[in-house]
Amino acid sequence: MLKDITIGQYFPGDSLIHRLDPRFKIVITLIFIIMLFTGGSFVCLAIGAVYTLIAVLLSKIPVKMFIKSVKPIMPFLLITAVLNLFLVSTGDVLWKWKFIKITSDGIDISAFMMFRIILLITGTSLLTYTTSPITLTDAIERLLSPLKKLKFPVHELAMMMSIALRFIPTLIEETDKIMSAQKARGAEIDTGSFMTRARNLVSILIPLFISSFRRADELATAMECRCYHGGEGRTRLRQLKSAPRDIAALAVTLLFFGAVITVGILLK
Amino acid sequence: MAILETQELTYTYSIGSPFEKTAVDHVSLKIEEGQMIGVMGHTGSGKSTLIQHFNGLLRPTSGKILLDGKDIWEDKNNIRNVRFQVGLVFQYPEYQIFEETVYKDIAFGPKNMGLDDNEIKRRVLETANDIGLSEELMERSPFDLSGGQKRRVAIAGVMAMEPKVLILDEPTAGLDPAGRDKILEHIKKYHERTKNTILIVSHSMEDIASFADKILVMNKAKLFCYDDTVNVFARADEISKIGLDVPQITKVFGELKKRGLDFGKEVFTVGYAKDLLIRRLKEREVR
Amino acid sequence: MKNIIEIKDLHFYYEPNDGDPLPEDVLKGVYLKIKEGEFVAILGHNGCGKSTLAKHLNGILVPTDGKVIVDGIDTSDESKLFELRQTAGMVFQNPDNQIVSSIVEEDVAFALENLGVPYEEMRKRVDDALKAVNMYEYRMHSPSQLSGGQKQRVAIAGVIAMQPKCIILDEPTAMLDPQGRKEVLAAIHRMNREMGITIVLITHYMDEAAACDRVVVMDKGDIVLDDVPEKVFSKVEKLKEIGLDVPQVTELAWELRKAGYDISPEIITEEECVEAIQKLFS
Repeated sequence: MLKDITIGQYFPGDSLIHRLDPRFKIVITLIFIIMLFTGGSFVCLAIGAVYTLIAVLLSKIPVKMFIKSVKPIMPFLLITAVLNLFLVSTGDVLWKWKFIKITSDGIDISAFMMFRIILLITGTSLLTYTTSPITLTDAIERLLSPLKKLKFPVHELAMMMSIALRFIPTLIEETDKIMSAQKARGAEIDTGSFMTRARNLVSILIPLFISSFRRADELATAMECRCYHGGEGRTRLRQLKSAPRDIAALAVTLLFFGAVITVGILLK
Repeated sequence: MAILETQELTYTYSIGSPFEKTAVDHVSLKIEEGQMIGVMGHTGSGKSTLIQHFNGLLRPTSGKILLDGKDIWEDKNNIRNVRFQVGLVFQYPEYQIFEETVYKDIAFGPKNMGLDDNEIKRRVLETANDIGLSEELMERSPFDLSGGQKRRVAIAGVMAMEPKVLILDEPTAGLDPAGRDKILEHIKKYHERTKNTILIVSHSMEDIASFADKILVMNKAKLFCYDDTVNVFARADEISKIGLDVPQITKVFGELKKRGLDFGKEVFTVGYAKDLLIRRLKEREVR
Repeated sequence: MKNIIEIKDLHFYYEPNDGDPLPEDVLKGVYLKIKEGEFVAILGHNGCGKSTLAKHLNGILVPTDGKVIVDGIDTSDESKLFELRQTAGMVFQNPDNQIVSSIVEEDVAFALENLGVPYEEMRKRVDDALKAVNMYEYRMHSPSQLSGGQKQRVAIAGVIAMQPKCIILDEPTAMLDPQGRKEVLAAIHRMNREMGITIVLITHYMDEAAACDRVVVMDKGDIVLDDVPEKVFSKVEKLKEIGLDVPQVTELAWELRKAGYDISPEIITEEECVEAIQKLFS
């Protein structure tokens, strides 16, 4: 059932990683991504792997959750690996059949790419696993707030994001209900020909749209009643305060980043 | 013979997850043909889960549901047919309306049954009449109607499938007293014409008292009781203990009994209370 | 005591589309005064104009003609709109469609954030409001984990946090189960009793109206009855004629009276009914 889908994939907890300031977490994740892409050798990735492993262990989130996060992109990963394997033609030829050949460089590069993408996914999952979507939105709003000076609607975008997050569970529940109601009137949604299914989809989408508009309308009135007038002069209940641990985490990350760059230069 | 029967019906949500919960726990009951049954139970008692089993929207974790003596899950491909025979009207059914005319929306179910146009027309007009929608409304957009009318269009949409069993989940929720009375009255009218079995879920025991032959009460996933209306009201005390509302008038007569004024009868409608009191007062005058 | 709400000859219709004829008034010259600290129920069937009236009390709608004054503020005065909305808070029927945030306490803080209340004070007001509706322990929950009654109490807390003098509730219990209704009503009565907040409760549940200080009955855009609940409900015929109910005990007393028995027509509680019947048989 639709209800069983978890959105945002947030795992509430109280680990060191959970408690980090979300703004720092976003910045750290960005540095981590840059680190992975500047490191051009296996040694660099090994350093990245150590870093990721420490972070994963500190988060106290079961390792199998990270394996799960990599799973959906596995086909994509394999295709990239296979393409690299066959298309790279430099290096020692290890195996050859007609015009297809596998070279040592091919193996190196495809293994390297897979390694890098797995680290990338694990690291970014760590961000979403340990930070609730609403906190994330909030942090993004604050990180982007300098853009307000350029008339970029930072607050409005964040508000839209957080309202969307708020209503996702409501709309999923509603979709579930409408689907059941139409099924009870004999609409075939999981079976039947493509055409009947498409027609029956309309019987779900129209009520869903209508009710979403009604909700939006009522919500707008309710927000007005509570004096909403855009981002100007707003104060916030949620206070983001950076603690020494945030600085420490950033420092450690920069240290690893430095190590990756140094190793990269030394190996050249 | 019972038209609907459940045998040790059990349903557990999200098995194996931390949210695992048994919503219906070994419920066995038989629903006789042609009766009007009131279904009660507070939110989370399992009543909504139970009724979604009756038309095969949910499949039991264990146990069976028999329709006309036949296990509805015996042939999985037949389940759509079961949905035509056991019609289910959800809460706030007006939110499922989607066609551009009232006629088309009521006709959606019959059309899915594959009926021919003449039969569809007969059914749509007949149920529209039962539920009190006049013929000139048929070509109007359902979205221009009042809330109560929309609700009746949605109910007619299920009735038009002419199901042997019609189940309505809180058909009067959110309506004002006049709208509520009108809907109940029209459902009764439909019942009189078709003699079909009807189950109505309601929080209002006052409403249930006005139509039900039998009452089914769910509590904490289990069948609390399923008995004739009079017998269920005789247990008013127990029923208010599990958090359900007993009609005000029943409470008054319960209190009178405690104070030594016992009328020896279960009272659950104002009309009956009035007749009973006047009869007793007259008897006293004679003496 | 002074009037917190004063409505004078209020007329209202929704602006028609270009070219359409002028529609009939939804409100046809309503006069109403509500005293500070009063608990008033507004009864009426769907479409009688009671929700439209409610929306005038905090300036969501402004009169086509006539005046609405709330705590000295003319609701047509746009410069005082925020002041008005802090004075008169609104709670709506559907609890889902008035909760803005994914975290309970942040939703309660929403109005205060908009008003730019400093953090320390906001924290205190949010906590107090949540405690007042018994939802403090749920402050970090997501609204989707709450029952209807709990969500509605969160919505009420969001209004209380503004420290309003008056709260208008538009059928706040219509979508709730009996348990949720009880919780919400208990919270509303507490607001009135303990904080002295004026309550305008729009409802079509007669038992809710019976527990108020005063009942105003509307029909076809105007007020037709306005009195204490005992007096209003004793007009059984009038109420039935406009499609409303009376409590079962009132109806029983009325029926017995019609049959010629000496019983008060002003019975609205079970206790009063029990005693009256005992008296008949004594």
